[in-house]
Amino acid sequence: MLIFEISAKGRRNHLQAPRHAPAANDIPAHLLRHKAPLFPEVSELQVVRHYTQLSRKNFSIDTQFYPLGSCTMKYNPRGVHQLASLEGFLQHHPLTPASHSQGYLQSAYELQQILSHITGLSAVSLTPMAGAQGEFAGVAMIRAYHLSRGDTARTEFLVPDAAHGTNPATAVMCGFRIKEIPTDKHGDVDLDALRAAVGPHTAGIMLTNPSTLGVFERRIGEIAKIIHAAGGLLYYDGANLNAILGKCRPGDMGFDVMHINLHKTFATPHGGGGPGSGPVAANDRLKPFLPTPIVGYDGKQYRWLTTKDCPQSIGRLSAFMGNAGIILRANIYARLLGREGLCRVSEYATLNANYLMARLQQAGFTLAFPDRRASHEFIITFKKEAKTLGVSAKDIAKRLLDYGVHAPTTYFPLLVPECFLIEPTETESKEELDNFINILITILKEAQESPDLVKQAPHNLPVRRLDDLKAAKELDLTWQEK
Amino acid sequence: MPFIPHTEDDVKTMLKAIGVNSTDDLFDEIPSNLRINDLNALDAGLNEMAMGRDMKERAARDGGLACFLGAGAYEHHIPAAVWQIASRGEFLTAYTPYQAEASQGTLQLLYEYQTMMANLMGLEVSNASLYDGASALAEAVLMAVRANTAAKEPRILIAGNLHPHYRQTIEALVRPQGILLETLPYNDKTGCLETQLPKIENGDIVAVAIAQPNFFGGIEEVDAITDWAHQHEALVIAVVNPIAMALLKEPGVWGQRGADIVCGEGQPLGIPLASGGPYFGFLCTKMDYVRQMPGRLIGRTVDQDGKPGFSLTLQAREQHIRRAKATSNICTNQGLAVTAATIYMSLLGASGLSDVAKASHANSKALCAALTAIPGIRLRFNSPYFHEFVIECPCTADALIQALLKKNVLAGLDLSVLSPKLDHCLLICVTETKTSDDIHTYVNEVQHALQHITTTVED
Repeated sequence: MLIFEISAKGRRNHLQAPRHAPAANDIPAHLLRHKAPLFPEVSELQVVRHYTQLSRKNFSIDTQFYPLGSCTMKYNPRGVHQLASLEGFLQHHPLTPASHSQGYLQSAYELQQILSHITGLSAVSLTPMAGAQGEFAGVAMIRAYHLSRGDTARTEFLVPDAAHGTNPATAVMCGFRIKEIPTDKHGDVDLDALRAAVGPHTAGIMLTNPSTLGVFERRIGEIAKIIHAAGGLLYYDGANLNAILGKCRPGDMGFDVMHINLHKTFATPHGGGGPGSGPVAANDRLKPFLPTPIVGYDGKQYRWLTTKDCPQSIGRLSAFMGNAGIILRANIYARLLGREGLCRVSEYATLNANYLMARLQQAGFTLAFPDRRASHEFIITFKKEAKTLGVSAKDIAKRLLDYGVHAPTTYFPLLVPECFLIEPTETESKEELDNFINILITILKEAQESPDLVKQAPHNLPVRRLDDLKAAKELDLTWQEK
Repeated sequence: MPFIPHTEDDVKTMLKAIGVNSTDDLFDEIPSNLRINDLNALDAGLNEMAMGRDMKERAARDGGLACFLGAGAYEHHIPAAVWQIASRGEFLTAYTPYQAEASQGTLQLLYEYQTMMANLMGLEVSNASLYDGASALAEAVLMAVRANTAAKEPRILIAGNLHPHYRQTIEALVRPQGILLETLPYNDKTGCLETQLPKIENGDIVAVAIAQPNFFGGIEEVDAITDWAHQHEALVIAVVNPIAMALLKEPGVWGQRGADIVCGEGQPLGIPLASGGPYFGFLCTKMDYVRQMPGRLIGRTVDQDGKPGFSLTLQAREQHIRRAKATSNICTNQGLAVTAATIYMSLLGASGLSDVAKASHANSKALCAALTAIPGIRLRFNSPYFHEFVIECPCTADALIQALLKKNVLAGLDLSVLSPKLDHCLLICVTETKTSDDIHTYVNEVQHALQHITTTVED
């Protein structure tokens, strides 16, 4: 039932609206609205019940194991959410003078310092509103750097074939042509292909390390040398920062600029598809190009730095200062964990991933890279099962839902056929991992004994498999009144 | 250990199953010259109690002002149920609904959102959100370039009375693609766009972007501008305040053919000011242009038993499928803010939203009338306005702002930083949250401040 279908003409919530709402007689009639929009007319209880019931049709971290690879679905601490929602923070207008914004500015400044230390890069701007906008900021900064030197020939960006889709899409938004670099059979970047690809047109490369294949790029030092020698710069996609927190730093690997996904590594809630936050960190070479505003501190007062202070900045990426509430949450999370807790994050995330990987291999599942250590995530492939049993990775993913587990990332990276990218995160217990292993073993058995049970899954959810073709062909994007 | 459930026994068993001696061994593929051993430059962790004290103190430093500042972020009453429901773990801690069967709650909610937003704007389609109003306009500009194949060059006319931060944002986001941004001037007396529109040839311009209301709060003659743009084969991008659209003519019926793309800041619909975010950007269009739209779209379909259900659709526009050929790089958007906005719109209904708009308008008229009755203060622009207006003060706007801050009143935005023509100008916003007492206090404090400032100057 849609909210519109429980609506009844004339039903109103008078308590929610202002008491005194005189007609706007001074505005010329031809500038006024004449037809009310189609909104539901429902009581407060109906609204509360409708959306509470809808929420119960969702899988979420709070209700289920959610090993979605590359998304770092770790526990989002309740205390963090509560403190970031204090009235003083919620009431605070973004353009309030700095004299009355010191609480927020201090929190943002501290986070800049923390991120700078964790990444090994000298300066941070918190303004990008999600990972993809952080990528945009970084690549636009590299573009601005080359142009500031009068180097206009650098029109190409290198992107490994294993990269997130946002990487090539971002480089195109920044006006670059894409050159794709293949991956070798161990999951590392193909260095010969890389050497052949670089040249005077190379603006830079976008890399994730550990890569989306769940392995650490061991020859990163050499890659950095090749790119820098060709006059290009290195962009680090921070999607997998959870794997290396306190173990190594992108700045030391030779990266010039990177983004950090606060909604992954810093445990801010994913909100059903955002908000995220994608701060960007840069070394001394790219620091002048960071997007504004940035928080500055003169030893007494915190204040916003704008393009007046940073004349070479790539500029502003949002109306105000990015997803401020997410920045606040990341600050609280980082300071709750402190230096020891932050180092433990990568240790236990990696322990959980390698444990799952080892146990699944022992149980007969096929690993994509059996000779490699898992980072905080790893890949299994159902290529064999698809061929012999006719059961695909998608079928197994849907069957997992029946058992009350969110499916891992499926069919990504594109290089590995019929794959699952599994990321358990550090906040899951051994019992939860063992349960997941047992479920997968059960499903594999089902696939052998009664493959249709798996192929027809899910059976226990609010809906069964949806007709995506119909959704795209007979577009129904809004409800129409009959 | 904070948020880590492992016992010592667990760790031993797990290391044994992996076949290593310590967790440190798990990092043996990282070259040793890159390894660091600690983050000791950072502070030790705090517990929840200590953190609570610290953050409450910070929040107290930032709160407690009576807000008469708008300029793109607006204080409205948010019904209690909005965030109580939006903060449920099932909404808060889910992610993008890739597994449709396990995400019907979020998907249906987004479909309802698309319906309400498209209806509010008078258009056929809405996406499921972008980051914020300014970046939504940048996406609208890029979308217009893809959609208007008749234009010779990617040239966009931007209203000169658009929020300056929006202009700066689109400069940063679309310039790398070689898009040319030019300015449509506004009239110095009305604050609205010049009624004498520039002479252009067909195909010169991809799109014209206009704000309703404009940055000064003024209401534009949208019909004439829309028809002029369409006569020259340019698309019309409307940047609107969603609350204002409950009162003002919706973009879908502007002029003969209606605006083509509508975008803006969704924050007024139930999202707190919160230092600037997370808010959400909305984007609506005509069905003809749906394939050029960036961002997620939810479609209603049926499952294999014929039961209605919802899923992400037209994903071939998006980066995870099309990579370099995608309409945008956007992936994570502002799902939770849209969840709150959907609940807000459902609670208010069309008449409630219209009342919020009317009450805000009436309150701003009341404050404006009282202020302009003070000798030396005059209304800067003589056009009709929605809930924001500009006054010219006998002193600098900053002097007034500082004086009122001492009384815990956030008076508005000093416009002198934008242009020398706006010296002594203050942009003021009044919404439905203000009572007649609040308005009295504001006026009294301005009178006191002016007396004091004048005396000081005479001394």
